Amino acid sequence: MTPNILDIVELKKHFPIGRRSQLHAVDDVTFEIARGESVGLVGESGCGKSTLVRLITRMLDPTAGDIIFGGRNIGFIPARKFAETQFRPKIQMVFQDPTDSLNPRYTAFDTIAEPLRLLAKVKDYAELHAQVFAAARQTGLPEELLMRFPHQLSGGQKARVGIARAIALCPELLILDEPTAALDVSVQATILKLLAELRQTLGMSYLFVSHDLNVVRMLCDRVIVMYLGKVVEQGPTGEVFRAPAHPYTAALVRAIPSIGGRPEDRQVLTGEPRSPVDPDPKVCRFFGRCPKQVDRCRTERPLLREVGERRRVACHFPQVAHDA
Amino acid sequence: MGTPAAASAYPAVSAPGWRDTWKHARYVATDNPVTLGAFLLFGFFLVLAIFGPWIAPYDPLMSNTEVALKPPSAANWFGTDSLGRDILSRIIVAAQLDFGIAISAVFASFFIGSTLGCLAGYYGGWADRIIGRIADTIMAFPLFVLAMGIVAALGNSVANIILATAIINLPFYIRVSRAEINVRRNAGYVEAARLAGNSDARILALHLFPNVLPPMMVQISLNMGWAILNAAGLSFIGLGVRPPQAEWGIMVAEGATYIISGEWWIAFFPGATLMLVVFTFNLLGDGLRDILDPRMRT
Amino acid sequence: MTLEAPLLSVRDYSLEFRTRSGTVHALENVSLEVAKGETVGIVGESGSGKSVLSFGILRILDAAAEVKAGTIVFAGMDMLAAKEGALQEVRGREISMIFQNPRTALNPIRKIGRQIEDVLRTHTSTLQSELKKKAIECLAQVRITDPERRYSAYPFELSGGQCQRVMIALALACNPALLIADEPTTGLDVTTQAAIMELVSDLARERNMATILITHDLALASEYCDRIVVMHAGHVVESAPTGRLFAQPRHPYTARLIAATPSPEVEIDSLSSIPGNLPDLRRNDLPSCRFHARCDRAVGQCAVESLPEVTYESGHKVRCFNPL
Repeated sequence: MTPNILDIVELKKHFPIGRRSQLHAVDDVTFEIARGESVGLVGESGCGKSTLVRLITRMLDPTAGDIIFGGRNIGFIPARKFAETQFRPKIQMVFQDPTDSLNPRYTAFDTIAEPLRLLAKVKDYAELHAQVFAAARQTGLPEELLMRFPHQLSGGQKARVGIARAIALCPELLILDEPTAALDVSVQATILKLLAELRQTLGMSYLFVSHDLNVVRMLCDRVIVMYLGKVVEQGPTGEVFRAPAHPYTAALVRAIPSIGGRPEDRQVLTGEPRSPVDPDPKVCRFFGRCPKQVDRCRTERPLLREVGERRRVACHFPQVAHDA
Repeated sequence: MGTPAAASAYPAVSAPGWRDTWKHARYVATDNPVTLGAFLLFGFFLVLAIFGPWIAPYDPLMSNTEVALKPPSAANWFGTDSLGRDILSRIIVAAQLDFGIAISAVFASFFIGSTLGCLAGYYGGWADRIIGRIADTIMAFPLFVLAMGIVAALGNSVANIILATAIINLPFYIRVSRAEINVRRNAGYVEAARLAGNSDARILALHLFPNVLPPMMVQISLNMGWAILNAAGLSFIGLGVRPPQAEWGIMVAEGATYIISGEWWIAFFPGATLMLVVFTFNLLGDGLRDILDPRMRT
Repeated sequence: MTLEAPLLSVRDYSLEFRTRSGTVHALENVSLEVAKGETVGIVGESGSGKSVLSFGILRILDAAAEVKAGTIVFAGMDMLAAKEGALQEVRGREISMIFQNPRTALNPIRKIGRQIEDVLRTHTSTLQSELKKKAIECLAQVRITDPERRYSAYPFELSGGQCQRVMIALALACNPALLIADEPTTGLDVTTQAAIMELVSDLARERNMATILITHDLALASEYCDRIVVMHAGHVVESAPTGRLFAQPRHPYTARLIAATPSPEVEIDSLSSIPGNLPDLRRNDLPSCRFHARCDRAVGQCAVESLPEVTYESGHKVRCFNPL
């Protein structure tokens, strides 16, 4: 068994705009997820994380680069054929909006049963029943609710249905796209704890996409920070948030309000983000908003390099280690 | 995404789907007497259409020149026409024909049109362009004129009326289903369905189409009224149904010449029936919308 | 504490909605005060009634809404008794509102410059010839980059953050005395959120404008509000100056809400959730305290006797039989 469940190597996805331009949604992204690890993916709108997620779940085909799953290159399998391969059940996803991600005409049972029927080819009704109930039990969903339609369920219950559907096949890699963003904070904790527990019991690896750094801090061993299609920083979660090396990560961390914090502590980024369409390859993507920028940042784009134990940053002036 | 809608914070309703619809339907019917009236009338016409030949007091085709052109009386509630046939019987029997034409045409149009629209909305690209051009071509003609042309070219028969009516209604279903699919194409549950192993065909048939159906059902009802009017119109000008067959439009045509000489009932009763039926379908459509739409908003 | 009359005073306001499935007791005995220049946060989860309250203050509720009791007085004017004509004078000029989802709140087929001019034309006596200049000034005041060019832009050409700035410009064009901000940063990136909140608080300070900030984000409220009002299921459960609320929450719901909010210091195991669901507000047998079923400090009187209002120092008020 390979040590990494997922290896992403120089992955690129460019979308054509008009006749001559290209939108660099994901640009040369490289990272790995070890087996059993929980990796967070943070970044704001336009950073490319949704596109990256679609590439990993094989809903989209990459423009260039490799997606290696358990040692096998799955990037070459076209997206439309992926459902027929043995890999489909192993990579699953929990969606952001539980209301939007459940078919309003399917009962909870139907929703959870569908991947079992289509991918695990469970034909026997009793067997199907048993497996759906097992998945429901694991997510704390009471049996009586299985016959209900989404509009008859609360937000937390719908979230559980979405999770049950994703884990019904015991995937090896589970992608969680802001799974608690649409939930009230009173329900959030239960779902987060459930997710933490499931990872242990089912031995899955997580890619946890979120804009809420506090939640990522709680659930993820490592974190990847993206900006305008590129990875700007990666490393152990605690370290990255406590002592961010990249100025963007620092801005992100300092922008989050906290109970007892003061508005003066908030760092406000000025300027507009650069365009992801036909970006100049020589200019750092963060140039124009970076408090540290100098001329060199405009003529030589910083590459992602190691600055510590499994810690990588793409910056000419990373803030590392001792200074906080 | 911020706070979820307030509805999801309330504890769940425990009644299953169809009981909800029934309760809601009852509410709409009692709240709005006009809608209730429309449902009752529709039921009445449906009974007429199904059991017509058995209910009609006289043989609609039997002519009896002795009682020709008699005004409404106890023997003939709606009077008799120029050949002595009982108008009431003819109207009742015509219900079967007109309803038959309308239902066949509308459903043919619906199935073909919505399939084309779904494909256009889901795949986009060439499928969308070609299907769009087909729809545009049909819409370029004044629809009734197009129907006339089709029947005139292919020959006078009930089958051709159905075909013509179906064709001219296609663009409508194409457009509506295409738009509805477009809106839902990127919904979370569609992506989730792909992850669960659904092929494109399954996604269209099992996930997207059932959700697109409710908005279209309302339009089907409205369309039925229009289809009947279309068939009647074609028969009125002599294309389609031929005498001695009983059909509302042809009866109005037969009666038109007699209005001036004072035998108003020959054209009036079929005309009034037509008006009432189309009216019923329109109100039915509104009622269906009230029943189906608010539930979808939940 | 000044002895001046509060700018906005809501007293024992109760509101019901007549719906097909019954009467929803949306708000009950809600009391709230906002002094001139003060920023008050209304914090609550979904279904708490916070948005409904703000619509009620402006009298822009649905036709199915029925005011059962209470008074709302703004700058000496009785809002509940006022005629529509008088209310229209107040809305947009004396009290303004900004909403969540800024893009949907703007007219998509009208240039934003024109939309600002519409407000100026309706509510101020700006000369026709001065309108464009004033509109561009408004845009500059909300720190939009390149205001002359943005004047001719359509909403779809702007980012979420820029749309929100435009909405703030629209709201502030007439220098209102009170700004109601209903989840203004939900759905925006966290760095944009920091910038928008900084803008709003700077402008409020400059103009001595009172603000009501409605949010589900406790941390956000803690940083930008002078006082916080906590709502649950249509009731105000606690209100206090910000520092006091977090230092010493008195209502069990407030305490649990704070404990459920992720923050940098909290580990996943100590994150708590609030069990149970909101009560169905359509019931006629609602307990006096609507948190009763989910509260671990409930005592006999909570369900039956009408809630007392306990006052601590600095105007810290709780409605509870067994406060912490």
